[in-house]
Amino acid sequence: MIELKNVYKIYSDGDSEIRALDGVSLHVSRGEFVCIVGSSGSGKSTCMNIIGCLDIPTSGEYHLNGTDVSTMSEKELAHVRNRELGFVFQQYNLIPKLTVKENVELPLLYKGLKPQERSALAQKALERVGLGDRGKKYPAQLSGGQQQRVSIARALAGNPPVILADEPTGALDSKTGREVLEFLKQLNREGTTVVLITHDNAIASEINRVVRIHDGKIISDETREVVQ
Amino acid sequence: MNIKQAFSLAMKSLAASKMRSFLTMLGIIIGVAAVIVIVSMVNGMTQDVLNEFENLGATTITVTVRGRGGNRSVSIDDMQNLVDDNPEYLESMTPNIMVPGMTAKNGSTNVDVSSCVGVNENYVPIKGLTIEQGRGIEYMDCEARLRNCVIGSYVAQELYGYTEAVGQEIKLNGQSYQVVGVLEEKADSAEGSADDIVIVPYTMASRLSKSFTMGSYTFNAAGKEVADKAQELIDGYLLGVFSNTNAYSVSNMASMIDTINELTDTLSLVLAGVAGVSLLVGGIGIMNIMLVSVTERTREIGIRKSLGATPWDIMSQFVVEAITTSCLGGVMGILLGIAGSYAVTLLDMTIALSVPAMLISFTISAAIGIAFGYFPAKKAAKLNPIEALRYD
Repeated sequence: MIELKNVYKIYSDGDSEIRALDGVSLHVSRGEFVCIVGSSGSGKSTCMNIIGCLDIPTSGEYHLNGTDVSTMSEKELAHVRNRELGFVFQQYNLIPKLTVKENVELPLLYKGLKPQERSALAQKALERVGLGDRGKKYPAQLSGGQQQRVSIARALAGNPPVILADEPTGALDSKTGREVLEFLKQLNREGTTVVLITHDNAIASEINRVVRIHDGKIISDETREVVQ
Repeated sequence: MNIKQAFSLAMKSLAASKMRSFLTMLGIIIGVAAVIVIVSMVNGMTQDVLNEFENLGATTITVTVRGRGGNRSVSIDDMQNLVDDNPEYLESMTPNIMVPGMTAKNGSTNVDVSSCVGVNENYVPIKGLTIEQGRGIEYMDCEARLRNCVIGSYVAQELYGYTEAVGQEIKLNGQSYQVVGVLEEKADSAEGSADDIVIVPYTMASRLSKSFTMGSYTFNAAGKEVADKAQELIDGYLLGVFSNTNAYSVSNMASMIDTINELTDTLSLVLAGVAGVSLLVGGIGIMNIMLVSVTERTREIGIRKSLGATPWDIMSQFVVEAITTSCLGGVMGILLGIAGSYAVTLLDMTIALSVPAMLISFTISAAIGIAFGYFPAKKAAKLNPIEALRYD
């Protein structure tokens, strides 16, 4: 599903160079729930950007669903993001002047679906996260937990095979954070591949595969049985 | 994403900040309105002037004879014969003998008359003049060389005040004449205007003149359609007499109208050009606001890109937004321009709304939207999604 082969991401800053990713190889199979853990500056965000097709590696290969995306153009990357990936961000990243439902419809809009199809799929996604009656509200009228659920609905709406969650609980209190985490777990049980990025070991301890990253390198990759 | 979706997105984002959108459009609104008001005013002015000329008669042909020495010349009778021989082209004619530097006197009151002409009975109808009191110059006045004259309202007022001028005695260059008619006021009875005039029988003009008299003739063609034909006829006749085109000149109103049209066309082009500059300024205003808007919405652009918007999607969103802004501004400008044009009529000016001016200024404002929206849109499309998402 996700296959990183010896991926480097190097930022040159004058004569010094920063190796944000220093030879990372990672394999994630369909249906897995992987947690990438690292402190800030460890390279986990860069890793997430590359997995999320928001950035391309300096060298190395990245295969997503069997296709090599490391050499794609911006336009092709946009299509991959649209069809293969769903993002959940720490700050929800909803567009404030669009209604909840319009926000959920956005990826479908860029997919080129007709208004009726968009509306039906968005409504379904909102119902899945338990916010079927909030479609006409604006993001600012919802609580933080609800906004994060909207952003999950947006990630789900196009039914992508992979969901990428970047510190999805970071801005939430522990109770709502837990709800969101439980929801991601449930999605995973329903067959979606989930990649979760966090610096929080407490969250990592609940996930059965944990990849630790430090100074741009993977320092451990453990799979263990935890009750999910 | 298709154009319709891009348009509804643009409308949404314009509606989200109405005040700003309106201020952005204001440059275009004022520019388009200015173009429309100016063009309709110039058009109205042109129509006014042309109507004035039509009143004077598009059938009027003016002939000036300078002569070329020797015994080649034309007499007033020759000219009259020309009219009599060609009734299908020419209706009437009058000599137009200018008497320069004439002084009119009533008792001890003096007036230096700015124009004194010796004419026949056709002068008043050909020039489209109206007699206020008394009568005009008649055939008999010329034939019998009567010392009768018709005066303009300025001369009448200066010499006789509010007393009846008709029947009074008037001294023209010291010679005694009788006022037989007063012309209707044409230009507020101002000095030097069309009302500052004395008309005498042409047979008397040379006697009144202290020096040289300049001869010209005014013909009236039989109809507008034959005015050019009539002019050619006169031209041909005079060429036959003088065999030199420098000895005379023939012009008709139609050619003068052409000249006026050319003049006002240039005028409206220049004025519309000035107004067009404000359209350009409006366009720069749009670009400015679009650049601010791209910066403000950096995060939104990042979100859209992360959800799969291609550079083209982002670019079309911003270009369509700029076009929508400028076109809305264009439509409002046209409405304001029409309203403004009608407001101008309150100032007693004639206007003529110009549909081409509206279409052109609307097209220009749409083009401005594309031209000035492109650069900010390109900037938005090029944003790096990672940096855009991190932007606060």
